[in-house]
Amino acid sequence: MRLAFLGGIYSNYHALAAALDDITRRNVDATYFLGDLGAFGPHPDRVPELLIVRGIPGIQGNYEESLSTRADDCHCGYTDPRDNHYAQISYDYTFANTRDAYKDWMATLPREIRFTAGGLRFLLVHGSPRTINEFLWRSTSPDVFLEKLCNDYDADVIVCTHTGLHWHKSLSEGRHVLNAGVLGRPANDGRANVWYTLVDVNERIVDVTFVPVHYDHALLANEMRAENLPEQFVETILTGWWTTCLEILPSKERTAGRW
Amino acid sequence: MPSHLDPVPVPVPAPAPAPGVGASEATAFPPAPGAGAGAGTGTGNKRHPHVQLRALDTLWFQVAGTICNIECTHCFISCSPRNHSHEMMSLADVQRSLDDARGLGVREYYFTGGEPFMNRDMLAILEATLKQGPATVLTNGMLLRPDVCRRLRELFDASEYSLDIRVSLDGFDAESHDAIRGKGVWDRVMIGLRNLADAGVNPVITVTTAAEGVASEEGRARFLDVIRGFGFDRPRLKVLSLFRIGAEENRTRAYEEWERLNAESLSDEEASVLQCSSCRMVTSKGVYVCPILIEEPEARMGATLGETLRPFQLRYGACHTCWVDGVTCRT
Ligand code: SF4
Ligand code: SF4
Ligand SMILES: [Fe+2]
Repeated sequence: MRLAFLGGIYSNYHALAAALDDITRRNVDATYFLGDLGAFGPHPDRVPELLIVRGIPGIQGNYEESLSTRADDCHCGYTDPRDNHYAQISYDYTFANTRDAYKDWMATLPREIRFTAGGLRFLLVHGSPRTINEFLWRSTSPDVFLEKLCNDYDADVIVCTHTGLHWHKSLSEGRHVLNAGVLGRPANDGRANVWYTLVDVNERIVDVTFVPVHYDHALLANEMRAENLPEQFVETILTGWWTTCLEILPSKERTAGRW
Repeated sequence: MPSHLDPVPVPVPAPAPAPGVGASEATAFPPAPGAGAGAGTGTGNKRHPHVQLRALDTLWFQVAGTICNIECTHCFISCSPRNHSHEMMSLADVQRSLDDARGLGVREYYFTGGEPFMNRDMLAILEATLKQGPATVLTNGMLLRPDVCRRLRELFDASEYSLDIRVSLDGFDAESHDAIRGKGVWDRVMIGLRNLADAGVNPVITVTTAAEGVASEEGRARFLDVIRGFGFDRPRLKVLSLFRIGAEENRTRAYEEWERLNAESLSDEEASVLQCSSCRMVTSKGVYVCPILIEEPEARMGATLGETLRPFQLRYGACHTCWVDGVTCRT
C-alpha cells in the first residue's frame, strides 16, 4: 500500500500541480492533504480548485478553520510580534482572495482522518492530535512524548504538518510519527524545491520517503510580486531560506537556516 | 532566573481534552484550607477554579534553588546569595525526575534558580537531559565563561534536541540594567554574551517590562539593535511581564484581594490554557505546581512527579496575572 501526504500548500498551486503529476507516476494508492491550503502564495482559490477537481480528500489546517469561520487571523500559533506581523499580511490577503464557496467548503473538511493500512492505525492531523496549531518540530519532540501521543490518541502512525519542516521518527512497538513537510515553501535549506511525503506500508512495516518537488518557482515569485505580496516571502521562494516566521523555530532548526 | 516570565499569549486553539481526564472531576476536590492575607498567598474561597494537568509537557527544575550571585529588586522569589529556601540540586537529584519524566512523556525541560550556572553539576545535568529531550536554561548571564560557552555549543551539537540559553536584561544599557540588578552586573553580562557569540551559541535575550519602553515597537527595534551589537546577527528577543510577589512586591505593590480568580471569571475549561495545565516544577524540596509558586507550601503537590498529576486550585494572586496576561514562562 502506497500513500502520499501533502503538507501545507500555502497557495503554491504550481508546486501542488507538480507534486500531483509526480504522484500519478508513482502508483500511489491514496493521496491526502493535511491542511493550510492558503497563506504565503498568490491566488488562494487555485489550490482548492485543483484538489476538488482531482477528488483528493484531506483535513482542515488552522487556515481552513480560520477562513471557514471568518476569523480575524490565522491562529498560526506564533508568539513573536514580527512573526505575527507577516502572518497577518498572509492571512488578510488569503481571506480577501478566497471565494465564499471555498470558505464554506473548508468548513466541511474533517479535523482528522483515521484509517487502517498495512495493519497499522493511521491518524492524520494538521498540527498534533491534540491541537490544530501545535508545532511538532523534530528537535522538540522527544520519542517518549510522541509515544504518549500515539498511546493517548490510539494511533500507530501519526502524520502531521504545520511547521514547514519534514521529519520522521521510528518509535517503540513499531510506531511512527512523521511530519510531511510542506509544498508551500522550501524547507529553509537554501534549496528552492519543496517536499511531499510517500509512505509505503505493508504488514506493519513502514517505509517513509520525502520527495523533493521541483517546480517553476521563478514563475511563482513573479506572480507573488504582481500580487504585491511581501518581498520577504518572494525571497524565501527564490533562495530556499526562510526570512519570516523565524522566532518560532527551536534553536536546532533556527541554527540550520540562514536567518 | 525567576524574573523571566513570558507574557506571550498562549495560543487559544480550543484544545481537545486529554483522554481520560474529565473536567467535571475538578469540583470533587475539597476547597483549600484558608491561608493568610499575604500578597501571593492563597485564600480559602472554594469557588476558585481548578486546573487539570492535561499532559505533563514541560518540566521545570529549580536547579540552583533560591541561590543567586545577585539580588534583583524584581526577583519574584527573592533569590540571593543567602536565600537557602530551596537548595542546589545535584545531578542525581535531577536524574531521578528525568527518569520519571520519560514514563510521563514529558516534552521539554527548563532549568532555573537562582542562577543555574552557580550549580557545579549544571553542564552534566544538561548533558543528561539532552539525551532525552530539549532543554532551556534561564540565566543572568554573569557566569558564562569561555569554557562554559564552548561546552554549551558542544552539547548543542551532540544532541538531536534543542538547547536554548535565555539571558535576561532589564534595560538598554548599564544604567537601567544595574538599577535593578546591581552595580557592575551589565558589564559582566556583556562579557558573557560575547563569550556565547564567540562559541556560536545564539541565546534568547529576555527583557522584563521593568525596562522602560521595551514593550513598544520602537523599543523592540532599539533592543534588537542592542543585541546585534553584542555580535548576534540573528537577534532573538522575548519581552516578559512581572509578578508582584517576592521582591517585586516591594518594588511596586502587592496583589489586592480582588485580584484572585474565581470560578465565574474562569471556567475549568478555560483554565486549561494556563501553563499549570501542562507543567510541574521540581525543587530540592519536592514537586510544585508551577515555577511561580515555589514559596507557597500548599503549592507543593508531592515528593515525586507521579504524586502531582492531580488538579490544582487557582487561589493565588499570581494566578490572576497568569490568566489576565496570558503568561507562560516557556520560551
Ligand atoms: S538573577 Fe535576579 S531575578 Fe534571576 S534569580 Fe538572581 S536575583 Fe532573581
Ligand atoms: S501561578 Fe499561574 S501557573 Fe502557577 S498555579 Fe497559578 S495560574 Fe497556574
Ligand atoms: Fe498550520
